[in-house]
Amino acid sequence: MAVASISQSWAIQKRVLGALLMREILTRYGRHNIGFLWLFAEPMLFTLGVTALWSIAKLDQVSALPIVAFAITGYSSVLLWRSMPSRCISAIEPNLPLLYHRNVRLLDVFLARIALEAVGTTISFVGLLLLFRGLEWLEFPEDVLKVALAWLMLAWFGAGLALFLGALSGTSELVEKFWHPSAYILFPLSGAAFLVDSLPPAAQDAVLLLPMVHGVECLREGYFGSKIVAHYDLGYMAAWNAALTIAGFLRLRAISDKVRPE
Amino acid sequence: MSGITKAYGTSSGPVTVLDGVDLTIARGEAIGILGRNGAGKSTLIRIIGGAETPDTGEIERSMSVSWPLAFGGGFQGSLTGLDNLRFICRVYGVDPDACLPFVHEFTELGVYLKEPVKTYSSGMRARLAFATSMVVDFDCYLVDEIVAVGDSRFQAKCHEELFVKRADRALIIVSHDPSYIRSHCQRAAVLRDGKLHQFASVDEAFEYYTEYMA
Repeated sequence: MAVASISQSWAIQKRVLGALLMREILTRYGRHNIGFLWLFAEPMLFTLGVTALWSIAKLDQVSALPIVAFAITGYSSVLLWRSMPSRCISAIEPNLPLLYHRNVRLLDVFLARIALEAVGTTISFVGLLLLFRGLEWLEFPEDVLKVALAWLMLAWFGAGLALFLGALSGTSELVEKFWHPSAYILFPLSGAAFLVDSLPPAAQDAVLLLPMVHGVECLREGYFGSKIVAHYDLGYMAAWNAALTIAGFLRLRAISDKVRPE
Repeated sequence: MSGITKAYGTSSGPVTVLDGVDLTIARGEAIGILGRNGAGKSTLIRIIGGAETPDTGEIERSMSVSWPLAFGGGFQGSLTGLDNLRFICRVYGVDPDACLPFVHEFTELGVYLKEPVKTYSSGMRARLAFATSMVVDFDCYLVDEIVAVGDSRFQAKCHEELFVKRADRALIIVSHDPSYIRSHCQRAAVLRDGKLHQFASVDEAFEYYTEYMA
């Protein structure tokens, strides 16, 4: 493997990621009952539960928006940025034996998990929209492209956060301890359950410090369009995303010497 | 491979395991590395295999080098033997289905191939590990004591695969058992206090090692 050309490296990279994806699906979902369909059945169940709760709690009296679409856009966004870090924080330990194989790197392990979560939550989001459109409980988005852009930004945020926290967790167990409470507290602040415009101005400024709020607002504007006033700055969010991604790569490079296969 | 050093941080300060190791292996050459328990043999072979990176020094690989064949490192316990095999095949670009007959025949694991690896005995793991590595075609195999486990039938099969069918491949065998290295290697080296002492013949290495063990 002395001088591998870029195309050779790319071929190896594809093989490794493909193998990791297959393995990841197998270890997580096994071959029992519906198997890998859990990949998107799980986030769907989550979202359905939350949608039902919010409908019963009459959150729709808070805003004029249709509650089903409001809940699905909100909760799917949370799942998107929250599940990737959750999966990456515990990724190193169970995958240590795989690092015996020279071409399998920690980064590959993270990328496989991030990709799987992204695919799962995206299928869940789109699937639920189609399902409820079929039931005529909601309308399709006014601006599909803007929804897709916001979704991509949220996915990038999740991936960056996952890389950064995943790499940090390689040298500190504290990350795992702090992640769960942080994710829990961030959920109500993330814009999933409110529109920024409905908050008092001081609270608006505070909540807009959080990068994912910008993504959710953009997504909602794409979805509901003229019905709402959205507050977001994708440039601010992109700066966060890029910083997290770069910090993640740097941290990963720093620990790759220290992480040893079993 | 030149100037390899490796130190590990322990609770009582860093410990230098390898201290400036140089080694060159030619195609088709079989070399044995002797050392006591904890001398750094496994560390060395993992660095050669690329599973770990050295603190300093360089490794140049002009042959395809296997992963270190140890008692079953490189497997994920919760997956079945078959799934582990498939994973490794995919990583190295080998068709998993094509190699199944060989693995079945070699490991004699039968129905156990569909059970999680964590339920295997060390002998079963060793058989699977060995068979898996034979499925991928390497120029150079790294063997970490693996052949020392298992019954005589397994050892005979390993011998056939490694030393008869793949006699033209390079081999690096790590062991604390001089007689095994003696019967399979053309030259040997002794790892002692982080330094690799190389000898032109196995006998000289053997002499040095016996003296040092005494």
